Amino acid sequence: MKRGVIVQLDAKHKRYWRSNLRLTGMLLAIWFIATFVVSWFARELQALTFLGFPLPFYMAAQGALLIYVVLIGIYAWRMDKLDRQFDIQEEQ
Amino acid sequence: MADSAQTQFISQLKRYYSLYTGGVIGFVVLLSILEQMGVPNKVLGYIFLGVTVSLYAGIGILSRTSDVAEYYVAGRRIPALFNGMATAADWMSAASFIGLAGTLYISGYDGLAFVMGWTGGFCLVALFLAPYLRKFGQFTIPDFLGARYGGDVPRVIGVFAAILCSFTYVIAQIYGLGLIVSRFTGLDFGIGVFVGLGSILLCSFLGGMRAVTWTQVSQYVILIVAYMIPVIWLSVKHTGNPVPQLAYGYVLQQVTAREQVLNDPTTAEGEREAEVRALFSQQQAQHEAKLRALEAGGADYLATEKTELAATVAKLKAERSTTPEMLAEAKNSLAKLPKDVAGARAAWQMAADAERARAAPISPHAEPFAAPDEAGRDIKRKNFLALVLCLMVGTAALPHILMRFYTTTSVKEARLSVFWSLAFISLLYITAPALAVLAKYDVYTLLVGSSFSELPSWVSAWAAVDKTLMSVTDMNRDGIVQLAEITLGGDLVVLATPEIAGLPYVVTALVAAGGLAAALSTADGLMLTIANALSHDIYYKMIDPAAPTSRRLAISKGLLLLVAICGAYVTSLKPGDILFLVGAAFSLAASAFFPALVLGIFWKRANRSGAVIGMVGGLAVCMYYMYRTYPFFGVNGSLWWDINPISAGIFGMPVGFIGIVLGSLLTRAPDLQIQAMVDHVRYPRLATDADIEKV
Repeated sequence: MKRGVIVQLDAKHKRYWRSNLRLTGMLLAIWFIATFVVSWFARELQALTFLGFPLPFYMAAQGALLIYVVLIGIYAWRMDKLDRQFDIQEEQ
Repeated sequence: MADSAQTQFISQLKRYYSLYTGGVIGFVVLLSILEQMGVPNKVLGYIFLGVTVSLYAGIGILSRTSDVAEYYVAGRRIPALFNGMATAADWMSAASFIGLAGTLYISGYDGLAFVMGWTGGFCLVALFLAPYLRKFGQFTIPDFLGARYGGDVPRVIGVFAAILCSFTYVIAQIYGLGLIVSRFTGLDFGIGVFVGLGSILLCSFLGGMRAVTWTQVSQYVILIVAYMIPVIWLSVKHTGNPVPQLAYGYVLQQVTAREQVLNDPTTAEGEREAEVRALFSQQQAQHEAKLRALEAGGADYLATEKTELAATVAKLKAERSTTPEMLAEAKNSLAKLPKDVAGARAAWQMAADAERARAAPISPHAEPFAAPDEAGRDIKRKNFLALVLCLMVGTAALPHILMRFYTTTSVKEARLSVFWSLAFISLLYITAPALAVLAKYDVYTLLVGSSFSELPSWVSAWAAVDKTLMSVTDMNRDGIVQLAEITLGGDLVVLATPEIAGLPYVVTALVAAGGLAAALSTADGLMLTIANALSHDIYYKMIDPAAPTSRRLAISKGLLLLVAICGAYVTSLKPGDILFLVGAAFSLAASAFFPALVLGIFWKRANRSGAVIGMVGGLAVCMYYMYRTYPFFGVNGSLWWDINPISAGIFGMPVGFIGIVLGSLLTRAPDLQIQAMVDHVRYPRLATDADIEKV
């Protein structure tokens, strides 16, 4: 890499990165709960039903997957907004 | 300007692939007409495989290229939607297509670890990797490690790990290919492997990533159509609802009710089940008694056993009342007697284990972590969570998947394309558990309780093909099928669904073509990853940076051939079972790559020494645990915290993270250029982008 290519990051960039980390952290927490917390308590949740399924079975077979798709959709949409809000979106 | 060209490109692609999908459906309709006219099944199977494979080859030839960026990253102009489809096909392997529903049929809730693990990983890809790798915008994953950590050592470790996990994974695909081709055309397994490999090479050899991308999109269409048609049909048959994903909750309730009846010895059916299970218990006890006698008597016991069996045969021959069946049975048991003590121990142990499993009551499909006691349930829960985590993190670290996100036009498109990938993948993964439950319902209600004289035609048809996939023996000689009398191999669930649902043979051939598409698309992506790691990272970046384009591509193509031949050779040795190979690839990738990639982006302080220690340490721990615990290697060491060898990554990952953190903190921070590069990947547009990309 060429010497002397050093980026001057201003406050705007730092705010952007912090917003990104906050969003990432939030979505990751939902991912963690939908996957690991629900599965950990699977036996305890067995009595609840949803659409005819026992809830833990439904979550592992469908619910978690739908949540994942939505999470990634939200991330793509929010990040695109964030890019433009901080004016660092790519040039077309 | 460039924007409108891309819009035009996208609408053109949509038109082509809509026409193509219509063509696929028309082709299936045409063949079903041929079937009605009396064309034999075998011919239909040949036409199906022949036409689809030549289609992929045709796309491969049309997409041939001699441009480096086209060859390695498809010119970076794949639209998000199509990259999503290609990633989905790249992702879903023979194990997903054929194995998953079978695993779910056999293990019920516990099998859902694969469903969650193989989808949830894309959240990690989206949040931690895809957009940043796209901004980085080079050619391979070791490229990123080399640039981020500086120097050849991280790059070489990356190449080694990429080859290790991709090769393990590709073996599983070639194995699947050989099985499908040999089963549906009647060719020998070895020839099946080479036919399959030939078609992989036709796709990727001339056009690299560009050809692979467009064949993968067309393979996705075939595999998803092939998966859905029989399941929808089965759902209509049993529920009257054409949306199996919604309808099967109530079918699951009926399955659970049937399980209770069959497990309850006070009901008429339950009593007969118990009778059959008791017979298996007896056989198990006999085999265990033999094992004990073998331990005590050794080779002498085996010799006495042989003389006794020979005496029985002689006696039966002399007696008038002997029927030919009795004589055949006695001769058979004499012939089957193992030759030496080790062989006898292995054979009898296997028999006793199988009988113990069949003597056990039905494990309820919807019950999580079913085990006789609390400790057993805890171990199952632990392994379930560990497997989910390993599969997820492995997903976010397999180079052939990550590489796909270099091919989009922009960072924004990379984020969107992860969304499309998971949407397309989920379509199949949400359907697989439905298929497992519907198939189980069919077996529990229609097959169990039917008479041996009039078995459904698919049972006898598959029993004739392969006894391990399907066999029914009347253990208690009551002429009626009990659940415990059925042996059903997992792979059967997907392969036989069309016949279970009562569909014409064309659909069976379509399913075979779908399985072939799944195996081919994954194998394509994997082989390209291996060849690129060697030609781009080792040859071009390290041996001869001045090499002209034509030589780089020639070397890449030559390596592709070499990898294919090695793959076929190793596959012919049949090393271990497919599911373990696949799981091992995930654990290896999770331990080697994930910590170095994620910390490389999110922690500027991570440096070369840390990365080297973390990657080597993680990989070493993971490999050591597999070597120590997986029966194939013959060490049979004790498990750590009861974790199965398939989840070895659970130990490798933390070692990787800790290694990088400690190694980095103990040595100097990376220099400003490296830190500038981290900023470069973090922000979609920076003032210094042009300077950094120039170098």
